[in-house]
Amino acid sequence: MALGVSKKEKIDGLAESAGVSLAASAWKRLRRSPVFLTGAVIIGIFIVLSLLSPWLAPQDPSVPMLIDQVVKARNEIPPPQPGHLLGGDLQGRDFFSRLLVGSQQTLIVGVGATIIGLTGGLILGTLAGALGGWVDSIVMRVVDVMLSLPSLLLAFSIAAMFARPSQFTVILAVAIVQIPVFARLLRGSMLAQRHSDHVLAATALGVKKGAIVFRHMLPNSLSPVIVQSTLVLATAIIEAAALSFLGLGNPDDRLPEWGQMLGDVQNVFDTHPHLAAWPAICIIIVALGFTLMGETLREALDPKNRR
Amino acid sequence: MALLEVRDLTVVFQRKGEEPFHAVDGVSFDVEPGQTVGLVGESGCGKSVTSLAIMGLLPKRATKISGTVTYDGTDLLKLSDREMRDRRGRDLGMVFQDPLSSLNPVVPIGLQVTEVLERHRGMPRKEAMIEAKELLDKVGIPDPDRRLKEYPHQLSGGMRQRALIAIALACRPKLLIADEPTTALDVTIQAQILSLMKELVQDLGTALVMITHDLGVVAGLCDEVNVLYGGKVVEKAMRHKLFAEPRHPYTHGLLASIPRLDAPRGEKLTPIRGSVADNIPWTSACAFAPRCPNALDVCRAETPAEVNKLGRLLRCHNPVVPGTPAAEEVQA
Repeated sequence: MALGVSKKEKIDGLAESAGVSLAASAWKRLRRSPVFLTGAVIIGIFIVLSLLSPWLAPQDPSVPMLIDQVVKARNEIPPPQPGHLLGGDLQGRDFFSRLLVGSQQTLIVGVGATIIGLTGGLILGTLAGALGGWVDSIVMRVVDVMLSLPSLLLAFSIAAMFARPSQFTVILAVAIVQIPVFARLLRGSMLAQRHSDHVLAATALGVKKGAIVFRHMLPNSLSPVIVQSTLVLATAIIEAAALSFLGLGNPDDRLPEWGQMLGDVQNVFDTHPHLAAWPAICIIIVALGFTLMGETLREALDPKNRR
Repeated sequence: MALLEVRDLTVVFQRKGEEPFHAVDGVSFDVEPGQTVGLVGESGCGKSVTSLAIMGLLPKRATKISGTVTYDGTDLLKLSDREMRDRRGRDLGMVFQDPLSSLNPVVPIGLQVTEVLERHRGMPRKEAMIEAKELLDKVGIPDPDRRLKEYPHQLSGGMRQRALIAIALACRPKLLIADEPTTALDVTIQAQILSLMKELVQDLGTALVMITHDLGVVAGLCDEVNVLYGGKVVEKAMRHKLFAEPRHPYTHGLLASIPRLDAPRGEKLTPIRGSVADNIPWTSACAFAPRCPNALDVCRAETPAEVNKLGRLLRCHNPVVPGTPAAEEVQA
């Protein structure tokens, strides 16, 4: 009897193993990687906090404290005190609340820029990789020009082109800088797919060109792009912070952003280092989280790295 | 009229600033329905290029194809890209060498089978899945329901090649081209795949062009054999005749280089000297002359003409004469 049960379980297990895709086996490996889990936990907390921040924030991030609430101190920047965990910022607004709400802006900018950059890169890379020939040459020359400029400098230039900086201009500037990275990556792996045996085999079956590109070439070319997008999330957050720091960010400081908070306190850094340290630490931790995830994802999806 | 008539097929690769390279040089052969024709030769003799040219799969740039490939009365080389695409997979099927890399790694087997059915027979997905199951069953894949959902890496090598054959035969093409279908497989699996192909060819009346370097495959499967060297057919005969009495020194050498169980112990194998890279162009000599044990002065001065005698086509100035010690060694 016991034997019968164990046999049945074995068969069930076999049946379940049917249809294990590349993604599924990569996920299996990732689940056991402590580095990936660390990154995933950081990013998980970050996303939850940023989504819930409007309700979690103890104070309104855009309203200064009333003067009678402030514990007397020698200068106008309120120090940490009961009800205001980290004190106030230059304008006397609750610093802890601003940090929390800032995570939301950071997430919007990072994800938005990555999605726009990814979309642009996918379109350009697919065009170049699928059509080849002169389309490929033109797209790749444009990409080369964009890559030859330092990415931050390019982002600044794009952001500075807009008469009125806003959150959207920051997203766009950071996104445009990422497009060539994605485009080149996808184009490279599409080209490798073009000459692969299974694409030749599909051609030999009379499969139409569109189906060859979208069913046979593109899905096989995506894994480096997926990995890159997690890494770009980190870069995008840092670059958006840099733009805000230099005053090219969203001028509306009722909705704080970490880079902007960092830029605002440049003059009081000597006397109130904590005002710069907290947003900096947040940026570093979040960027680290995305990078840890991206790197382990790269290892898991790399077919040469199979164990 | 034969199902496939290849006449004077020539493929020239021409790169800027380089000498044109004749990969295939005036190859002609016929394939009848239900017949299996072998194209045999070493790597680089032009057998794969011949098959790709028939399928219209050679890159357009820097490639010049001439001659005719008549399939069922139409010259395939004159068809537009679109017309050719409609024929591939429907009228002409192809099985490739490496079954793992010829399957799309991120698409389950089932979808790869139904893709052809949807494309050429206009079947809806559900109906195509039922047909796909029957096809996998037909090529001897056990538990087809489960296999349809699996990915190529979960199948064994033999099973992958069976799946590829199922895909190639999904639309019942009248002609199947198999480019070294057993090279990447174990010997036991090779035998299974070959007998499967033999069976299917007989059942469906499919004409089969078998491209291989393996004379064992030829002996087991082919009716007629074309031996290619340097892009030209150097000897063509029915299988029994070719094996019993190889006349071209190259064919003779190929047969002599196979280890034999009944040879005396300690006897050395007789390799063919040199390599394909030693080719000299056919223009004013025999391309095989530098490697040929029988080479005469005339072999280096004159292109041997094609001679068709007693059902055997031969291109040689100084063929192996049956009855000589060298010939008997092979026959024994």
